[in-house]
Amino acid sequence: MLKIEANDSHRVTLTLNGRERSGNARPRTLLSDFLRHELGATGTHVGCEHGVCGACTVRVDGVASRACLMLAVQADGRRVDTVEGLAGDDGPLSDLQAAFRRHHALQCGFCTAGILNSCADFLGRERDPSEAQVRDMLSGHLCRCTGYTGIVRAVLEVAAQRREQRQEERDDV
Amino acid sequence: MKPAAFDYARPATRREAIELLAGAQGEARVLAGGQSLMAVLNMRLAEPALVIDITGIDELHYIEERDGALCVGAATRQAELAAHPGLAERVPLVAQALPWVGHFQTRNRGTVCGSVAHADPSAELPLCLATLGGEVVLEGRRGRPRVVPAASFFQGVLTTDRAPGELITEVRFPLAQAQTQYRFTEVAMRHGDFAIVALAAAIRGEQVDLGVGGVADRPVVRTLPAGDGLDEALNEFAWALGAEDDAHATAAYRRTLVRELGRQLITEARPC
Amino acid sequence: MEALEQPAAAAPQGEVGRSRERVEDDALLRGAGRYGDDLAVPPGTLHAAVLRSPHAHADIRSVDVTRALAVSGVHTVLTGEDVRNWAAPFPVGVREPMEHWCLAVDRVRYVGEPVAVVVAEDRYAAEDALGLVDVDYGLLSPAVDAEAAAAPEAAVLHEGVGSNVVSERHFHYGEPEDAFAAADHHVSLKVRYPRNSCTPIECYVVLASYDVAAGAYDVSANFQGPFALHSVMARALQVPAPRLRLRTPADSGGSFGIKQGVFPYVVLMALAARKAGAPVKWVEDRLEHLQAASSATNRVSTIEAAVTAEGRVTALRYDQLDDCGAYLRAPEPATFYRMHGTLTGAYDIRHLAVRNRVVLTNKTPTGLNRGFGGPQVYYALERLMQHIAATLGLDPLTVIRRNLVPPEAFPYRAPAGSLLDSGDYPAAVELAERDGGLAELRERRDAARREGRYYGIGFCAAVEPSISNMGYITTVMTPEERRKAGPKNGAVSTATVSVDPLGAVSVHVSSTPQGQGHRTVAAQVVADVLGVPFESVTVNVELDTQKDAWSIASGNYSSRFSGAVAGAVHKAATRVRDRLAGIAAGPLGVAPETVRFAGGRVHAGADDGSASMSFHRVAGAVHWAPGTLPEGEPGGLRETAFWTPPELAAPDEGDHINSSLCYGFVFDYCGVEIDPVTGAVRIDRYVTLHDPGRILNPQLVDGQVRGGFAQGLGAALMEEFAYGDDGSFLAGTLADYLIPTSMEVPEPVILHMETPSPFTPLGAKGVGEGNNMSTPVCIANAVADALGRADIELPLTPARVRGVIGIDEPEPPAGLEPAAAPRGGGSGLRASDSVTMPAPPETVFHRMLEPATLAAIIPGCHELEATGENAYRADVTVGVGMIRARYEARITLSELDPPHSLRLSGVGESAMGSAEGSARVRLTALDDGGTRLDYDYEAAVGGKVAAVGARMLQGAARVIIGQIFTRLAAELGGGQPSWWRRLADRLRGLVGRGGGRS
Ligand SMILES: Cc1cc2nc3c(=O)[nH]c(=O)nc-3n(C[C@@H](O)[C@H](O)[C@H](O)COP(=O)(O)OP(=O)(O)OC[C@H]3O[C@@H](n4cnc5c(N)ncnc54)[C@H](O)[C@@H]3O)c2cc1C
Ligand code: FES
Ligand code: FES
Repeated sequence: MLKIEANDSHRVTLTLNGRERSGNARPRTLLSDFLRHELGATGTHVGCEHGVCGACTVRVDGVASRACLMLAVQADGRRVDTVEGLAGDDGPLSDLQAAFRRHHALQCGFCTAGILNSCADFLGRERDPSEAQVRDMLSGHLCRCTGYTGIVRAVLEVAAQRREQRQEERDDV
Repeated sequence: MKPAAFDYARPATRREAIELLAGAQGEARVLAGGQSLMAVLNMRLAEPALVIDITGIDELHYIEERDGALCVGAATRQAELAAHPGLAERVPLVAQALPWVGHFQTRNRGTVCGSVAHADPSAELPLCLATLGGEVVLEGRRGRPRVVPAASFFQGVLTTDRAPGELITEVRFPLAQAQTQYRFTEVAMRHGDFAIVALAAAIRGEQVDLGVGGVADRPVVRTLPAGDGLDEALNEFAWALGAEDDAHATAAYRRTLVRELGRQLITEARPC
Repeated sequence: MEALEQPAAAAPQGEVGRSRERVEDDALLRGAGRYGDDLAVPPGTLHAAVLRSPHAHADIRSVDVTRALAVSGVHTVLTGEDVRNWAAPFPVGVREPMEHWCLAVDRVRYVGEPVAVVVAEDRYAAEDALGLVDVDYGLLSPAVDAEAAAAPEAAVLHEGVGSNVVSERHFHYGEPEDAFAAADHHVSLKVRYPRNSCTPIECYVVLASYDVAAGAYDVSANFQGPFALHSVMARALQVPAPRLRLRTPADSGGSFGIKQGVFPYVVLMALAARKAGAPVKWVEDRLEHLQAASSATNRVSTIEAAVTAEGRVTALRYDQLDDCGAYLRAPEPATFYRMHGTLTGAYDIRHLAVRNRVVLTNKTPTGLNRGFGGPQVYYALERLMQHIAATLGLDPLTVIRRNLVPPEAFPYRAPAGSLLDSGDYPAAVELAERDGGLAELRERRDAARREGRYYGIGFCAAVEPSISNMGYITTVMTPEERRKAGPKNGAVSTATVSVDPLGAVSVHVSSTPQGQGHRTVAAQVVADVLGVPFESVTVNVELDTQKDAWSIASGNYSSRFSGAVAGAVHKAATRVRDRLAGIAAGPLGVAPETVRFAGGRVHAGADDGSASMSFHRVAGAVHWAPGTLPEGEPGGLRETAFWTPPELAAPDEGDHINSSLCYGFVFDYCGVEIDPVTGAVRIDRYVTLHDPGRILNPQLVDGQVRGGFAQGLGAALMEEFAYGDDGSFLAGTLADYLIPTSMEVPEPVILHMETPSPFTPLGAKGVGEGNNMSTPVCIANAVADALGRADIELPLTPARVRGVIGIDEPEPPAGLEPAAAPRGGGSGLRASDSVTMPAPPETVFHRMLEPATLAAIIPGCHELEATGENAYRADVTVGVGMIRARYEARITLSELDPPHSLRLSGVGESAMGSAEGSARVRLTALDDGGTRLDYDYEAAVGGKVAAVGARMLQGAARVIIGQIFTRLAAELGGGQPSWWRRLADRLRGLVGRGGGRS
């Protein structure tokens, strides 16, 4: 059993976007604060710290989760993926990011990181989502700038592209 | 909005968790999915001395059919239950209700037992549990596990029969009965919000068990006639719930939804 | 002003007019944006948390920071005393004796008002100490409702003023009395526009430091302008403007006007840094933001029209009351005057009478909010137009058409002074009617109505002002007052274009964007002028008041970018181009006028075959070989252009004010269907047509429309900052303040028309705010049409709409009548109940007066100590479920009438806010020797608990108060609360299973 006293700081080691990173956290340190201020991964944003806005959404072991509703110590030993990992370090934007750009799915961009993470998890599970399903998944995020249209279009387009790609790959085989 | 300081423990077994909880004299909080607790900690609406993280307890991570019920362990997430093969046939009411529970992202972490433990009067899972006549399994340091019927488990706003030293280890949803139809509906301000009124119904022949969430201070269930006398019974039920006004809806509106949506839900289901 | 190059309306050949993918996006999509909270902080930076008032109205008797300073990690606490020493109150827009400080110094006037700032090693530690700052408040009665606060008997917020009405002005244009006397009909309507906010997802961020040696403050904040407020901040800090260096980060997480309201915190954190002797960072959290950042102004309007039998409106009379909250914070009362010249909207109405009153109430101060002033005006005007149609039995669109400003009238001078620059409103309406499919919607409505369904169509025609006249605010003053103060007018925009030694082009604009893509558009404009590739232009939008060109109108508001800032960019780029043309003319052997810029080259003539030089060669010469330049060419290449339109004059003697430079046109209509049971409003189709002058980037224009539409829809259907009767704030979380999600926002049909503005360099007008103005009222009109009712109120929540449809309740069965009607939706809680006591009344009464009994029955009671006869103080921890609040409580027993009745009261303060409760207790002897104890209680909860827990307060109060009396029964040896029994009785036999414990 792991036990940490309130004022002790604990070494948290996790795999952030494929790379092992570690830093100190006390029990009460939120995962969102740890990622941003201890590891310097400021791509994850904070908009409410009570689980509603979705800006802080990251993937923990692949699963979209609110980083403001997790303790840093809970991520110890886990895989955490954030917006910074979606495109390789110097690489081109991923299909999802590029679609967001094409469809003007962001304005201020503050909500975007969380949305991209939810979409990454969702599209991994739902290969042929309907618009209703996409909207349902997106309802866990608040965007104040875009009215969501561009976001919905981008997600549906990526789903279609990936379906085609898979089809082509199957045809090749 | 940052939590006050607390000690943190991540027990590996159920036993360890119970020992810690029982030893903390009411000063500990169980951390399951954290989708309610963490927000409360961040707002400093609670400042527990100890937080016991039960997410790492493998033995509490299961969905099993046992003795006519679908039993869900305390470390099981809502999303896992939603994805459970056959859920729509085995416990159709829960399958219908789960999409209403928060969002994709909160269901990914929120647990089934955590929602029951939290006992929000508008929450969908407690409503389903009460409507189906399910049970909650509580374990304390001493004695055998207590199996408490949902009817007596929910006692008021965020208030349950759980003693401070007890852990909910499992909730049990009775499996679907033959010749019974299950229906769930809800009115909320936005998709994924807590319900203004949530209705769950198990309809068998001339009788219906109708559960109402979001109106009284806990889910309340009544057995009503499904045909003749339904309107009178719904009206009486609506008034008996003691609805109150709040920022988003009036008491009269809530009663009206119980009557009118209740009737829709039941009559639409009956012919088939 | 320089001669303007009027743009061609044809398909874009250059960059301007194209839907360019934004240059901003790559970084933002990779998580590499640099928002306020992402900036590197200087070593030794400390973190602040703000202690806020849990009360709506109270005197501050004392502030004691001793316990807070003892907390580990805490460095200092800034209080009102420091603020008095180092700062001054903010200048206020009207001449009345009232003070607004960045921190409450002697009185708090709204829930959430800053009272002290704790500075500590980190935010966690700072919050640890918040609850240990001891503030002694003397409660005052609050003024909450706008109309009640304006009445003579209301509690007064600023005693020096003597009334809460801090400004009243009457205006008179044309001959409204005559027009009303001659009219066939008078149609009037009273409407209320609620408090709401376009609340961005990023909250305020301030990083401040103080240089003791220079006596200067250096602050970074996600401020959005207008930079006129820089003067307000510098004056409050009592430094010359250069000693307040204000910088804004490259990226901002949205603003919509709201980040104007960070300015008091710039001052507050500057002072905190001075006190701490170290840089101080503050990141506002969402609870702080919702309760105390800013808000749209709620307004009560009575509007009346003089109308001919045909539906032609000849005169309007407005009586408007704006509730600006607890302080008149700059730029208020601008909500009124931003729209003042435009009060007749898109209509040719020549006669106008206006009364404007500003009232202060115990609520958060208001400020800029997207659409600023527009939603309030159009909610009155366009509801009235719909109501006129309904009253006269005309089609609303007919009434709109009959009154539109005719196309030949442009530029059209509205009676109150706006100079509508260009447009063709009837053509726009026709276009929208045709391309949006109005006929089809009408058919759907008729079909739905035949089936008895509630379906309605709403319209809104609106003029969307952009590029504010900085002088409009002075319309609040009388002409004499203005004469004394000196004229204010104009709207200076600024841009700098420079070319470096290798020929790369950089642009700087002082427009502090918050997601609108200014970098992209500025690059498009400059690429066209200089004929260089779009990709090669670098645009910087950070603003540093010490190093960059700016003026008071700088900033991002009133949709001034495309019209004004892009114009200044164009002007600066043109100057650079003209200089380069002069330099290249010699070597190319042509006159400067014939030199053309295209494809990264400088050409001798228009045709591509002409002689040319590369752009970087020509530009390079300016740096590397200034000796070779023609005479008069100074070398170096950096041009800063300022641009202000001459049309923006100060208000005249007759109070005419051209409040904005440009006036776009918006015409919306929608079909809605209402669920007859739930009252939910479903948007069947929403059509929105915009004429924003020349469109610089269509994709960005549509983005603005969609975003504004979503916010307008929120304002129409769900968003409201709710307050209790006691001034407690009830919408403290994003689960209480409801913002539409992807499930609630449909895709609008967007239509365009382009009538270039003659007054802006590129012919563009603003487009960012139209739907915030048009959508709330358009939806409201559709709902009014569907229900055939005029008495509707925003937001149109399902419960409210169902209430308008009518709730015809069957009688409650005997015994189930609701006991006492609890007060709705507020923090005022009341109920009654009874418990049976196993002892006679005398014993019960006697025991209740014993301290030991009190200590035992009050839940979580520690250290009960007598402070007088039947008066105690105690530490009380109360809670429901996982929630716990520890109150320092005073408990009293009064109105003693042994052994019949008494009153048990408690008042408590905690870090989570205040709570008070009072229960009247009556004892009745029972035949079995016991007592029936009946109690009625009233409780009120304020501060954080009310803000975030409104949904559950009623139930929680019942649990907690119920506990007191069940414990008393238990103390006396047994007993069950009778309401448990009643509930059980009610449910027994009927309830198969369920939550009723029996
Ligand atoms: C944006 C948002 C929307 C939401 N909408 C809804 C909604 O519509 N409907 C709804 O029902 N819920 C909703 N929720 C809350 C729901 O997601 C939570 O999951 C649920 O209430 C609690 O489950 P949890 O596992 O997250 O529990 P936690 O938050 O970890 O715990 C909740 C409480 O239960 C206690 N507890 C948890 N597990 C146990 C146990 N095994 N034994 C004893 N005590 C325990 C904890 O100590 C705590 O007091 C929403 C949450 C968010 C953030
Ligand atoms: S910051 Fe985590 S959900 Fe809003
Ligand atoms: S892009 Fe600004 S909040 Fe979504």
